[in-house]
Amino acid sequence: MGRKLRSAIIGSGNIGTDLMFKLLRSPYHEVVLMSGIDPKSEGLKMAASKGISTSTEGINGVLAINDLDIVFDATGAKPHLAHAPLLKEAGCFAVDLTPAAVGPYVVPSVNLEQNLGTAMNVNLTTCGGQATIPIIYGISRITKVDYAEIVATVSSRSAGPGTRQNIDEFTQTTRNALVVVGGAAQAKAIIILNPANPPILMRNTIYAICDTRKIDDIAKSVASIVAAVQKYVPGYRLKVAPYADGDHVVAMVEVTGAGDYLPTYSGNLDIITSAAVAVGERYAQYKETEVLK
Amino acid sequence: MKAIRIIDATLRDGMHAVSHQLTPEQMAAIAVGLEAAGVDTIEIGHGDGLGGSSLQYGFGKASDLEYVKAIAKAVKKTKIDLLLIPGIGTIEDLEVAIQYGVKTVRVATHVTEADVGEQHIAFTKKHGLEAVGFLMMSHMATPEKVAEQAKLFERYGADIVYVTDSAGAMLPDDVKVRVAAVKKAISLPVGFHAHNNLGLAIGNTLAAIEAGATIVDGTVRGFGGGAGNAQLEVLVAVLKRLGYETGIDLYKIMDVGEQLIDPILHRPQIVSNEALAIGYAGAYGSFLLHARRAAEKFGVDARDILIEMGRRKTVGGQEDLIIDVAIDLAKAK
Repeated sequence: MGRKLRSAIIGSGNIGTDLMFKLLRSPYHEVVLMSGIDPKSEGLKMAASKGISTSTEGINGVLAINDLDIVFDATGAKPHLAHAPLLKEAGCFAVDLTPAAVGPYVVPSVNLEQNLGTAMNVNLTTCGGQATIPIIYGISRITKVDYAEIVATVSSRSAGPGTRQNIDEFTQTTRNALVVVGGAAQAKAIIILNPANPPILMRNTIYAICDTRKIDDIAKSVASIVAAVQKYVPGYRLKVAPYADGDHVVAMVEVTGAGDYLPTYSGNLDIITSAAVAVGERYAQYKETEVLK
Repeated sequence: MKAIRIIDATLRDGMHAVSHQLTPEQMAAIAVGLEAAGVDTIEIGHGDGLGGSSLQYGFGKASDLEYVKAIAKAVKKTKIDLLLIPGIGTIEDLEVAIQYGVKTVRVATHVTEADVGEQHIAFTKKHGLEAVGFLMMSHMATPEKVAEQAKLFERYGADIVYVTDSAGAMLPDDVKVRVAAVKKAISLPVGFHAHNNLGLAIGNTLAAIEAGATIVDGTVRGFGGGAGNAQLEVLVAVLKRLGYETGIDLYKIMDVGEQLIDPILHRPQIVSNEALAIGYAGAYGSFLLHARRAAEKFGVDARDILIEMGRRKTVGGQEDLIIDVAIDLAKAK
């Protein structure tokens, strides 16, 4: 293995902090900076305690560092729109964990390879997108999906202010990515926050209007894509395997988190931060082969 | 004479009782009747508000826009109100709909999650419309928590804050303490939306008024999710007896019920066993027909599903969990 990617995280909320723990375990990443805007942020304190440099200057803190290979943006849709051109100018590969969707949507189990080496900014859609798009893709590679609909239910505690202020962007980005990446002709996304205590696991219901006579092939295809997602999100599982209900197929997935930052109920953090790590690691491998060429 | 403003939700909450299948023409005809009876504000559209048309909640007979257009053409004085549940509907949906003379937008969140509605309240106010913060499932939070969330809506710029008993689970004292706490915490008018699952919709509405609510919801014939809402014609009569002015003509609103609502009911608007289970368990009112359907499909008792939905502390909109619960109950058999 070659040198580690010099990596920075911008945004020290729930997602940024969970991501930090995962990157620290990755053999492909050296986390050189965690940048936020709130000096009192718990995420920044945790980063500092792990020996990572921190900044409260947001994007400026990131731009002040030279030779960064990769920057993970875990702020919000609006901030990322401002960050994207600056990161591009600085020559950093940007992994966007907000619903801003500046670059192409990437869901590692579905379309990571085709976006490698072409885009310098990739968008990870949303947690709901990462959890449900593979299922819709698993169906649409068997038979045409006329309409896909997903309902993501997450515990209130795992939805930080960024998610709450971006709730419209969440539904819109998820919807769009279900079409572009999942392969549905049309789509709708719904998100529900549930404050129950103890907190609920992240759960997602997926509906697809399609030729339900192909349910056996659909079930096999979905099982194989679930296995592909499990390679980078171990807590991802099919709660209810696809079944036909009239003109549509129904399936449910649940995500148990690794418990890195928030406890295991926060599978919604894990699924997107794990996707980010998967993208980063694949990018590291790709860069290495490019150097050898 | 003291005045109470009534917001009629017949053409929105009633949609739950007919699986969202009213046509725009049917809605427009009822809207004309409501206006003639003197109703000030009518909430219209899919039962789950803007963007509610879905596999999860049931596809609407028509689109949001078709309903808004048809009703905007039919009424002159009566104000049109739309419900928006963040996470289901978006500002994108609202932007299109408000071009047709909508006057009021109710931004509905779970009682502890008002902050997901900040951008929607701000958008509504920016367009000069009346904004209502609508705290659903208020029975699930303490009076202090309800008041805290009401304050958030006030800070975002709402004109009115509602205490909403989506499950029809509150007893009169539960209503009083919550409405009073909100009234004390904010300087805006306070509203109350009742459901009749425990047979208390009218009584709870009176309790809310006693505690300081000045805006209350009703639906003709009680047409609505679960066991339905506070029956509007009854409410008008009761409020008249108590000396409140609502602006609504009693005979005319009774006639709307007999001539326009009775013929379209899919089933009598009563406290059915399942509706009672909803109120008793504190589950979301519109789960009723979904639970009935899942019970049939998976061979379990709908009441067991609804009680379990309450036990799991589900919130509004979690219709998909009904299937999950039905499957679990069937397995446990």
